[in-house]
Amino acid sequence: MSGQDFVERLKKRFGEGIQGVNLEAIDPWIEVAPDSLVEVSRYLRDEADLRFNMLNCISAVDYFEPDPKKAAKVKWEPHLEVVYHLWSLPNKSSLVLKVMLPRWKDGQEGELPEVPSVASVWSGADWHEREVYDLSGVQFTGHPFLWRILCPEDWEGHPLRKDYEMPLEYHGIRGK
Amino acid sequence: MATQVNDPRVVEFDVRTDEMLVNMGPQHPSTHGVLRLVLRTDGEIVSEVVPHIGYLHRCAEKIGENLTPRQWIPYTDRMDYLAGMNMNLGWALTVEKLLNHTVTEKARHLRVIIGEMGRIASHLVGMGAYGLDLGTFSPFLYAFREREKILDLFEEACGARLTYSYITVGGLTADVPAGWLEKCEAFLEQLEPIIQEYHTLLTTNAIFIKRTAGIGVLSPEMAIDYGCTGPVLRGSGVDQDLRRDGEEIYTEMYDGYAFEVIVEKEGHYPKDHDYPPVPEEAVLGDCWHRFYVRMLEVVQAIDLVRQAMDRYRSSAGDIGEPVKLTQKLPAGEAYLETESPRGQMGFYIVSDGSSIPWRARARSSCFCNLSVIHEICRGCLIADVPAVVGSLDIVMGEIDR
Repeated sequence: MSGQDFVERLKKRFGEGIQGVNLEAIDPWIEVAPDSLVEVSRYLRDEADLRFNMLNCISAVDYFEPDPKKAAKVKWEPHLEVVYHLWSLPNKSSLVLKVMLPRWKDGQEGELPEVPSVASVWSGADWHEREVYDLSGVQFTGHPFLWRILCPEDWEGHPLRKDYEMPLEYHGIRGK
Repeated sequence: MATQVNDPRVVEFDVRTDEMLVNMGPQHPSTHGVLRLVLRTDGEIVSEVVPHIGYLHRCAEKIGENLTPRQWIPYTDRMDYLAGMNMNLGWALTVEKLLNHTVTEKARHLRVIIGEMGRIASHLVGMGAYGLDLGTFSPFLYAFREREKILDLFEEACGARLTYSYITVGGLTADVPAGWLEKCEAFLEQLEPIIQEYHTLLTTNAIFIKRTAGIGVLSPEMAIDYGCTGPVLRGSGVDQDLRRDGEEIYTEMYDGYAFEVIVEKEGHYPKDHDYPPVPEEAVLGDCWHRFYVRMLEVVQAIDLVRQAMDRYRSSAGDIGEPVKLTQKLPAGEAYLETESPRGQMGFYIVSDGSSIPWRARARSSCFCNLSVIHEICRGCLIADVPAVVGSLDIVMGEIDR
């Protein structure tokens, strides 16, 4: 199935749920609306000829330029991307899903943006989502136990955000 | 299979006990680094395992956003520090995928030699340390004796014994010195018969079989669901090896090589060598099978190194030059997984067009392999927990990054 046919098929099935595609990229990707993510994921996993039964990785990319001089030159609006790398064992093929989120929920700094958890589709998503929450600050709604995983439980902030500032002190340990 | 209360091995099934929380780690010797497991136990039986990780977190990904890809190579060494070469390779190939850069044929074959030697070294540690977990010290010494020779070879090639930074974006930092291949060949010649000794010591040892067969069974469906990869996945009987099934930029390295994926198919493992038989007690997906797959992969790696050396010798040209340290990256993103000894190690690079990546991400194989532990340890005995953790062969440096 060519990339275009595949996208048409998904668009027919999910309509507005598929928000955009990029077939020219090195790893072609499909943009999914946050609300349809779980539905699309389940479809991709269960459909007999697709069977994307393995979730390889969830990563978040923060598009934000803290330097005002450089920020004037960048081409994108500040936003956050959550990227899902899927793998189909029967077909030995990969697929990339993207979800675009605002950096903060409703534009209020400190309020984490929300995306539904896919831990009910792939159990492996459990830890990946905890890591993304911990390091990049994304709230996965419906996650069974969204808790910090790599940083200590009382850590403040999300280190992989571009505007993150190193704490000057943590429990008597000097930072910076 | 989880131990049931009516199992004859459980002697205290009629003794009423209270639930107790047992902290295993972070400094427990059998947790392979700084892994802390909180066990909820009822007498000898573990009802719940909660792993706590992050003790070795060094913000590698944040550092990657501030360095050029070639400068980040040394940090990849420190992820899976037992297979530094394979980590270098994974990152180098990912950046090459973004740059659309092809290395010379000679460099490709040298990478196979180095990568597979790294796999042997890593599996030897895995094997030796697994013996330690189960309470036998000698296999560890035998394994380290051989691994030491591989480290000597690596030292001769690149000057380092643990953190190599040898494979780099665009090729390798240097060609191997004259006479290296002969030494490597002599080493393989000498290692091959020793594998039989390891099998006698562990694989077919009655006590070892008792400790591992039927313990910590991981069904193929669960392994796939949790994203387990590498020997853990193949030990459950799932036929997947990225050296054969991966993306083209990776599989072309192994183009034309004769090798069979080590997995049980139609009730038997590949028959290309004289492997010891599978004991009757072993169940597909248990600790014994995971260990067995690793041992067989050592033999497979020896074959691959030999083939690669022939090809390296007969290929013309040189190993080429690595890309510039401050090479500009095209805007875009690339994700690539390679088959590292512990599973599929993935790297993801996002670039905005400058020479420093906008985002560098490492997908750790052990991270996913460990996430399944609460499922396979549920209902096992406390003494089996080290056996299960050891059979996953985790390296905390890679999990915590």
